[in-house]
Amino acid sequence: MRRSPTRDLLVGGFVLAGLATIAYLSLSIGGIAYSGPKGLKVYADFDEIGGLKPRAPVVVSGVKVGEIESIGLADDYRARVRFDLDPSLKLPVDTTASIVTSGVLGDRYVSLQPGAEDDLLKSGDRIEFVESAVILERMIGKLIHNANVGGSGEDAK
Amino acid sequence: MAFGERRVFDRLSFRFPAGHIAVILGGSGSGKSTALRLIGGLIQPTSGRVLVDSEDVTQLGERALYRVRGKLGMLFQGGALLDAMTVFENCAFPLRERTRLDVAAIAARVRECLDAVGLADAEALLPSQLSGGMVKRAALARAIVMRPTILLCDEPFSGLDPISARRIEALLVELNARFGMTVVVVSHDIASTMRMATQVLVLLPDGAVAGTPEELQRSTDPRVASFLNPDVDAALARSATVERTPGAMAW
Amino acid sequence: MVTPIADLGFASLRFVEELGRMARFAAAVARCLATPPPRVGRFVDELFKLGVLSLLIICLCGTAVGAVLGLQGYNTLVRFGAADSLGAVVGLSLIRELGPVLTALLATGRAGSATTAEIGTMVVTEQLDGLRMMSVDPVHYVVAPKALAMLVVMPLLSALFIVFGIFGGYAIGVGLMGLDAGRYMTSLSDSVDFGSDVAGSLVKALVFGALVGLISTYKGFTTAPTSAGVSRATTSTVVVASVSILVFDYFITALWGV
Repeated sequence: MRRSPTRDLLVGGFVLAGLATIAYLSLSIGGIAYSGPKGLKVYADFDEIGGLKPRAPVVVSGVKVGEIESIGLADDYRARVRFDLDPSLKLPVDTTASIVTSGVLGDRYVSLQPGAEDDLLKSGDRIEFVESAVILERMIGKLIHNANVGGSGEDAK
Repeated sequence: MAFGERRVFDRLSFRFPAGHIAVILGGSGSGKSTALRLIGGLIQPTSGRVLVDSEDVTQLGERALYRVRGKLGMLFQGGALLDAMTVFENCAFPLRERTRLDVAAIAARVRECLDAVGLADAEALLPSQLSGGMVKRAALARAIVMRPTILLCDEPFSGLDPISARRIEALLVELNARFGMTVVVVSHDIASTMRMATQVLVLLPDGAVAGTPEELQRSTDPRVASFLNPDVDAALARSATVERTPGAMAW
Repeated sequence: MVTPIADLGFASLRFVEELGRMARFAAAVARCLATPPPRVGRFVDELFKLGVLSLLIICLCGTAVGAVLGLQGYNTLVRFGAADSLGAVVGLSLIRELGPVLTALLATGRAGSATTAEIGTMVVTEQLDGLRMMSVDPVHYVVAPKALAMLVVMPLLSALFIVFGIFGGYAIGVGLMGLDAGRYMTSLSDSVDFGSDVAGSLVKALVFGALVGLISTYKGFTTAPTSAGVSRATTSTVVVASVSILVFDYFITALWGV
């Protein structure tokens, strides 16, 4: 078989381009994303996580610092959410984790509000202060209920 | 031997003596090429044995067939050159595949064979750039490059101008004389057969006749006589009656 | 009254017989791939013929399909005020279904038919018998590199098709309809998951590659040695491969939820 340098070059280029697109699809779009160093593994228990999913971002003041590693159920039937965070992050132990929503119906993510203590969170620690997801339907339900209660109360007077 | 419903021939029994040139004669469709393919083990007979050097090729597996085929060279009717390779590479192909010769030894052997068939200056051409005669000569060079003891040639003269045909004929005779190669030729060319063959097998629609060229020419068998000295008008008339006879064509 | 039933029986038997032959052929190809010497040169040659020469059609069709998805998706989504999810719609349809399936169909028409015709011509011109007489297994020399190349090429082409499609949709959504570029890409990468979407897409492409590679080489290898035989085999490759791709696509989707 004759070797043709042009052909070999084209084939090599083709294979590289194909592998690059597969890598792009898998890493950048598919999300086995390498987004900075990770390794600070902490967790928090929530009463309600709403639609939070693994791999959702974890942010501090809107800046992504890690992602949700897994979600499970703790012994007391609260939702245990494990985070995988940038290890260079210095988070005080009284940091608060809250589940928030982007937009009215958008995706859920976790926002951390650093506290004021001097002690820092280490891998394996629990974030004590949590703020569960706000379920829009329940809030609306409560609002209507409160309005009704308030209304009937006035009637009673 | 039969292909599906079509019987090509049956009860064919013949020995090709080693070191001789044997020619299989016959009209088109008489099974000449089939006979060659049987010898090469390319097809299986419906029943019967095919012995090559006292080994029954019909009983061998593909691996064992490779050993037998090492003794065989085959010149196909259309050349069967690999069309993505040049003439040189085609001839070098069996050496590269089946031997451990180094590049220089292969080149020397290929040039020697191409010289023998008179294609030394065409080695860089692709099969598509060759004329019909050159394709046959290149295919012959490839068939002999492994120095087989038996050379099978399927219609080596068909589609060639008389000069090219004579050239290949001379080449076959020389191969036989110089290397003692057993040559089995399938042909329908009677003149060349009579010149080169020591054994002839004539395949007829209803059987086969074998003998030396001289014996066949003296043969009193009307079928052999009419085949060797074709009276075309009579043959046409006869084939017309044959077609009307049920079963005679054995379809 | 009985004849049609008998015909059906005969056709079914023929079908099963053909499947069995194909399975044996596949086994022979697999065995040849494991037998030295490896045919690297032939393989690279086939990568060129099946891959590089299919690039243009794949990129063009990918872009066109992505653009159509962008247009249709935008017009539908905008009614629900969800035009920002266009990236997710285009990306998911391409990655999960359209990329692998359309690539396989295009490769069948472009490369599969060419493979069948090439092997079929080698049958007609006795090149395969020539190889056998030189004690070279035609499956090892001709078929195996082609089948393997088709298997390797398919995921690469499919990935290219998808990426070109995503940017076709991007061109329509962002360029023409004025969506926010960041929103398009974010909705895309937020909704696509590697495990359930991209990996499944690659598995589909690999399965289709194996299918097209095997069918096209098998049809070529079993070509009746006439010129009509070559054309029949080529047509048969396109029909059988296309149908198999769609049927297998359904089963992969149903069984693995890709």
